[in-house]
Amino acid sequence: MNRIDPALARGLTRARLSRRSILQMSGLTAAGLALTACGVRGQGADEAPDASFWEDKQSNGTLRFANWPLYMDTDRTQLQQFTERTGIEVAYDEAVQENHSWFGKIQPKLAQGESIGYDLMVITNGIELTKLIELGFLAPLDHDQLPNFAEHAGELYKNTSYDPGNTYTVPYTSGITGIAYNPDYVDREITSIADLWDPKFKGKVGMMGDPQEIANFGLLLNGVNPADSGPDDWEKALAKLEQQRDKGIVRRYYEQDYIQPLTNGDVWMSMAWSGDIYQQNAEEGTDLKFVVPEEGATIWTDCMMIPVTAENPVDALLLMDFLYEPEIAAGLTEYITYIPPVPEAREILKDKAGEASGEEKKELDGLVESPLVFPTEADYAKLHNYVPLTTDNEDSFTPMFLSVTQS
Amino acid sequence: MNTTPTSSPGSPDSPGSPDSGQSAPGPRRFTGATPYLLVLPGWLWLAIFFVVPIVSMVTMSLMSGNLVRGFALTFEFGNYADAVSTYWPQILRSLFYGGCATLLCIAIGYPVAYWIAFRGGAYKSTYLLLLLLPFFVSFVLRTISWGFMLSDDGVVLGTLKGIGLLPDGVHVLNSAPAVIFGLAYNFLPFMVLPIYAVLERMDHRLVEAARDLYAGRVQAFVRVVLPISLPGVFAGVIMTFIPTSADYINAKVLGGTHNTMIGQVIESQYLVNNAYPMAASITFILMAVLLIGIFTYARALGTEQVMEAQAR
Repeated sequence: MNRIDPALARGLTRARLSRRSILQMSGLTAAGLALTACGVRGQGADEAPDASFWEDKQSNGTLRFANWPLYMDTDRTQLQQFTERTGIEVAYDEAVQENHSWFGKIQPKLAQGESIGYDLMVITNGIELTKLIELGFLAPLDHDQLPNFAEHAGELYKNTSYDPGNTYTVPYTSGITGIAYNPDYVDREITSIADLWDPKFKGKVGMMGDPQEIANFGLLLNGVNPADSGPDDWEKALAKLEQQRDKGIVRRYYEQDYIQPLTNGDVWMSMAWSGDIYQQNAEEGTDLKFVVPEEGATIWTDCMMIPVTAENPVDALLLMDFLYEPEIAAGLTEYITYIPPVPEAREILKDKAGEASGEEKKELDGLVESPLVFPTEADYAKLHNYVPLTTDNEDSFTPMFLSVTQS
Repeated sequence: MNTTPTSSPGSPDSPGSPDSGQSAPGPRRFTGATPYLLVLPGWLWLAIFFVVPIVSMVTMSLMSGNLVRGFALTFEFGNYADAVSTYWPQILRSLFYGGCATLLCIAIGYPVAYWIAFRGGAYKSTYLLLLLLPFFVSFVLRTISWGFMLSDDGVVLGTLKGIGLLPDGVHVLNSAPAVIFGLAYNFLPFMVLPIYAVLERMDHRLVEAARDLYAGRVQAFVRVVLPISLPGVFAGVIMTFIPTSADYINAKVLGGTHNTMIGQVIESQYLVNNAYPMAASITFILMAVLLIGIFTYARALGTEQVMEAQAR
């Protein structure tokens, strides 16, 4: 067989758009489908599942996994390793493209107590996750069967505010929401959220359309930690965001598709996710800058969880734990380029870089040294959690910030 | 043979008159039920995919509650008031964008249809195929491509800026014109095809007759061709105005701040906010506004022409 230029192969096998944007189109379609699927019933399960959930469960040798696009390489290397080790076959599906449309899709089935067709899924720690937990739609994890998680997960990723004690979820990967800018157009160093409010960049600033993300930046600009904020703080953040919009500074509120406008100069700076910028620079040779602003930024986590109606929960639990083996986590990180919940992954990648040569070594070195994938202590100190939303305060929170983006 | 059109030629005992009072034999009774059986799938289709959803949406729009606690039917008419008072700018904007896009479609589509119908010659179907060719590509992809075309340093603006025809700061993408152009582009064939269908069937000798009677080219067009083509325009307007006003993809991909259309609001009320009653009531308001608009328009244009357009 001919040797293929590795760069070409990479180009062919890896998506060129940002991680989440690529399937936005199908996301839109899914949204349309979900619209029709909404039912009247909304009540949660009759009683929240408890530890007895696991009593009569056993491994069935098969498992269905719903994950985000570009969250595992096309060979599904880690899943192959899992199958070799345990004999459990995994059907992997890039089924999740947006938290809210995914939630809309699975909610009616979960409310009926039916299987959603997956035993393991990955959702971000936002309001959808909170709702899933409140509705009693998630299986409580049996931590006795998660020894790798206990041993290798970073302290920061244990006992999180959105899921105390990791009762229902363990992290899959994390990322930072910060600011990205294109130095071809911006002639000064961008360091703060306030730069996004600078009238000098009128019509050249991109913001995110997600109510939670945008609220976080408004809050941080006002010096408020999103995780400790209340309705009064939201009002003030809202005023700031409206001011920014009405002065014409914001070009557009993006869903996940800000990378291309940022690359070709339609916007000069934008709220951005760390891994997207890393990927774009690594694959397109762009030189987009990503900054964790001095006012702070937020860290989000995409979490693995087992729906309560899963048919193969034990197999799902085994895979969850398997992904916490440092070797496996390192392999995943190499592809995903977001922050792994297993700090040891960095050492392993470092060793691998030491043995590698040429292009591969350069890539691995870049990955290991990148603060986007392995944030520094100083960065971590500036990272905050999201506004903790419950069903009660979300009723006012979401419409409030939607009114900014949907003017 | 003295068979009426209603009796089947194959049945020898068909009486000359259909209502002879005799009870028809077996096969004839079956013939009576056949039309209903044939129409049954259509009615079922309408019932399942139109009546049921509409009824459940009406019910939903009068509920209150939230996803976690569940929704209860409380005849909350306030949903409608809230929807109008909160989202009237987006509703009006949608109608305005839809209207502009429709006018643009007429302005571009009418000459196209005219040209294909009267000057297309042997290549008519080729031209129609060319017109429809873009439709083989997904709607969303085409809209995103429009975004690329209109981007600040893209093919169009970049060139114009390069030769100094436009100042640097100008942008089209993420503005109202971008959304309207996108809508017009995406729905243009829905305007061209009905107009073409009417013009193509028109008797060309009518134009000749008009010319013989000393009508100029313009006169002949205004007094003969245009009135004949109006039902086509009407059908075209319905087929573009309704979907463009309710569209949300163009505004989402090509719009910027203050360009939100009501479709986007409905989508996010459903999927982000999970405020199903609110979303349902906005949907009904949109439907009502569109229906009223269409009926007013039909009245103004004359109902017969409308029926004629529908019949084609």
